[in-house]
Amino acid sequence: MSDYTDVKVSSFESHPDRYRHWRLEVSGDVATLKMDIQERDEGQAEDEGYIRKLNSYDLFVDIELNDALNRLYFERPEVRCLVVTSAKDRVFCAGANIPMLASSPHAFKVNFCKYTNETRLALEDISLTGGPKTLAALNGVASGGGYELALACDEIMLVDDRSSAVSLPEVPLLGVLPGTGGLTRVVDKRKVRRDLADYFSSLAEGVRGKRAVDWRLVDSTHKLSVFPQQVAARARALADAVAPVVEGAGRGVRWAPIAVEVSEAGDRAYPSFAHPQVLLRLSTSRRAATLTLHAPADGGPTTAEGIEALGAAWWPLATFRALEDALLHLRFNHLDVGTLVFETRGDQEALMAVDAQLEAHAGSWFVARARHYIKRVLKRLDVSSMTLLAVVDEGSAFAGTLFELVALADRSFMLDDPKAGARVRLSAMNFGPFPMGNGLTRLACRFLGEPETLAAARGRAGEALSTEDARDLGLVTFTPDDIDWEDEVRLALEERSGFSPDALTGMESNLRFAGPETMETKIFGRLSAWQNWIFQRPNAVGPEGALKAFGSPRRPVFDWDRT
Amino acid sequence: MASIDYDSKIPNNVNLSDDRRLQRALEEWQPNFIDWWMEMGPDGFQADDVYLRTAVSVEKDGWAHFGHVKMPDYRWGIFLAPTEGERKVNFGDHMGEDAWQQVPGDYRNALRRIIVTQGDTEPASVEQQRQLGHSAPSLYDLRNLFQVNVEEGRHLWAMVYLLHSYFGRDGREEAEALLARRSGDSDSPRILGAFNEPIADWLSFFCFTTFTDRDGKYQLRALAESGFDPLARTCTFMLTEEAHHMFVGQTGVERILRRTAEATRGGADPKAAGVVPFEMVQRAVNLWYSLSLDLFGGEDSSNAALFFGAGLKGRDLEHKLDEHRALEQRYTLERVVGDRLVKEDVPLRRAMNEVLRDAYVNDCEKVVRSWNRALEEVGSDLRVALPSRRFNRAQGLYAGMHFTPDGEMTSAQAFETNRAAWLPTDEDRAYMRSLQTRAYTKPGEFAPWISPPTRGIDGQPVDFEYVKFCR
Repeated sequence: MSDYTDVKVSSFESHPDRYRHWRLEVSGDVATLKMDIQERDEGQAEDEGYIRKLNSYDLFVDIELNDALNRLYFERPEVRCLVVTSAKDRVFCAGANIPMLASSPHAFKVNFCKYTNETRLALEDISLTGGPKTLAALNGVASGGGYELALACDEIMLVDDRSSAVSLPEVPLLGVLPGTGGLTRVVDKRKVRRDLADYFSSLAEGVRGKRAVDWRLVDSTHKLSVFPQQVAARARALADAVAPVVEGAGRGVRWAPIAVEVSEAGDRAYPSFAHPQVLLRLSTSRRAATLTLHAPADGGPTTAEGIEALGAAWWPLATFRALEDALLHLRFNHLDVGTLVFETRGDQEALMAVDAQLEAHAGSWFVARARHYIKRVLKRLDVSSMTLLAVVDEGSAFAGTLFELVALADRSFMLDDPKAGARVRLSAMNFGPFPMGNGLTRLACRFLGEPETLAAARGRAGEALSTEDARDLGLVTFTPDDIDWEDEVRLALEERSGFSPDALTGMESNLRFAGPETMETKIFGRLSAWQNWIFQRPNAVGPEGALKAFGSPRRPVFDWDRT
Repeated sequence: MASIDYDSKIPNNVNLSDDRRLQRALEEWQPNFIDWWMEMGPDGFQADDVYLRTAVSVEKDGWAHFGHVKMPDYRWGIFLAPTEGERKVNFGDHMGEDAWQQVPGDYRNALRRIIVTQGDTEPASVEQQRQLGHSAPSLYDLRNLFQVNVEEGRHLWAMVYLLHSYFGRDGREEAEALLARRSGDSDSPRILGAFNEPIADWLSFFCFTTFTDRDGKYQLRALAESGFDPLARTCTFMLTEEAHHMFVGQTGVERILRRTAEATRGGADPKAAGVVPFEMVQRAVNLWYSLSLDLFGGEDSSNAALFFGAGLKGRDLEHKLDEHRALEQRYTLERVVGDRLVKEDVPLRRAMNEVLRDAYVNDCEKVVRSWNRALEEVGSDLRVALPSRRFNRAQGLYAGMHFTPDGEMTSAQAFETNRAAWLPTDEDRAYMRSLQTRAYTKPGEFAPWISPPTRGIDGQPVDFEYVKFCR
């Protein structure tokens, strides 16, 4: 942990039995997540690495949080309210660990912030999509990213002990952007008046008590002595306001560990059923990786009960969990992989049958939640700092849900060879259930200026579309014939690998999100534009910058020129 | 088309009969090429039998196969110089790596641009020269014109081969566009300026083949060093043919000069004698030399640096130089600051166009020396001189400014005043037209404004029937 210059993350999975920083307690239909961050890792020497003081979090804390949210969502559908609080006295959460940020390389900081934002957005999405309502019970100081976590909850209760406050102290103390996307939530979500938000963001000690409520920074404050009772009462009320999705406990599906086989070269195979379902191959040259997804043998169970019985092994959920795991490994552990190529194999009819189940059983709590989970994984792909290419050839199975990979790719190639008979298909899944962060489906975003093309594509849903059809409908970018095919795909990869990775990241993320802004797009956009810029500047990370000076006796030295 | 015997119809050493991609591309392109040739190739002589050299292989006796042939039946072939073992990239940042047998994706667009720019010049010159046959000064010259034309056509094939084989759909579209642009067309002109100037008379033709084809020679020599092996080998082979074009130009101008010197010995008026006035030759030299200098591109060029660094385009005879990275060295250019020329050092890589231009200028100076020797031989005091490389430039550091042929800065007004002394005039053109009202088509017959050559082609006599009319 001491050396962050070459940090590798061995796993993005966890289990409550192994949580070191959280406690997940479920009582009836109310769950409580208690943050209890361990200051040191097991075996960490006194003088080694950073210490997680005051419930300050790092990536490993957030990986556990992410696991806890997924588990609640799938294993405990009976839970109707989630209370997020702290097990530490008078401290809720001090935010991201500053020594960790100060000592980690830029790319890691960016990935860390991206991941934590995805987790907070997932927390919001869970509440919006039939999962438990969320209540932040701030039993002590919540600052920076800690307040951000509270902001991601539906409601915020703050203890009134005449000292506990909510605060965004980054500007005065650290010289970086407050929260981790937090200012967007302050003004967009909680609609705090901008001048008050400005003042709030410059106060290191934050705002407490009545003023915090008046400014809408929190929803209520409560005396220390009655705080637990008030929280319990509010949690009860929130739970009662939500219709139960299942009767009683024990209906959940087990969030089973992901089976993965990792080769010496770092390739990852996710075996499921009889054949590898998802396979991530790292290319030794050209800084590219190939992700191959296999269609199931058939459409699987056709009843909600049958699907629930399969649980995490149900093809859509298992596949997208594997895809997510592969993606996170690429992000954190293979920074040099600049291009991700999507391939698919297998039976398109089976995929369309799966999509029919996804559509038909949208009323099943489990199918509905699997759909939202898939949506979130696809969004993680949208914000990838990688060139995404989809390759549609003979035997490809980009149908319905898997066609989203073509739709989200920066470019796609489809083989034009009548003998090979490459086909793609659209289903209802391409026209609503998987919106991007901007609220549009990928196809709607693609055809922003051509609603008639979108309508035409929709009219062809279900059909096996030939290369000519797909090209005419604007669904694919290039359609080389069999003679040109190999060269065109090779050249695209080679050309891409020669460009500046920074220019590509900027270009791609600017092109992917046409259309309206949402809180979500603002968060990622501003994170990329401002936070990642500030994180590069000497005023933050230079030898005399504020991040480096924090916790030392020195005051930071700034270059006063505004940029 | 499926049962075409490719190898006999299209002489080649690129394994055409087994290359499905190339066959498919050529099946579409070849008929369009023939259409283009009939529409834009030599006007009025397509049915005649011309004594042409055809390359049928790259062997010593194969590249110059002579015989009478109708031009539309000319066997345009595809040849790459033979491989020399394991070629490496010989310069730039990739030096020492294996030469690329496939287009490296990182440089695909740059390479395509290089090839298209080179390829565009080949059909352009055929278009520029299409009317010249009607005023040929002899059968010998008529045959040389057509030899140049068919070989420019073959050079177009060579570039199209590269586009078809290595650049996919984009390459095929570019190959089509090479047939669609037209020299001097106001909507769809050829890419480079010198190739949009009409070549309406034989003095222009000889100057073009001397100076503009010589630019081609240096571009090909720079590309023959390329790390993209098929391009290097293609250009190496093209150079063998290009030499003849420059021979036609250099000896053509020389024969005009000889005739003029002989006819005006003793002070006769050249126009009265029906020959080309010496000053008119000098003006044509001034024009075509300066137009050709422009073709090398900017003196200080980031593209040139990119092409060299990437290993795409080297220097003249790069393989014979001692140092091939050109990272540390500087090159001194003369830049105009206010009304003065100021020496300025730029990184050598950025000056690669100018380095190639230097080699070209040296070569042109040799040509001019040989002309002046010929004048001396016939007892004339007249001497041809190359203008300064700053004179009459439309590209690079000196574009938009005015310099005398001696390279002195001058005003726009002074330039205009002297234009008629320095550059061809309408009067010059009208005079050349008046000299060239018909073709001289009897074997051994020569127009009175040009001397016969000292030798014929391929060991044939000067009065050989180089073109047999079949009308």
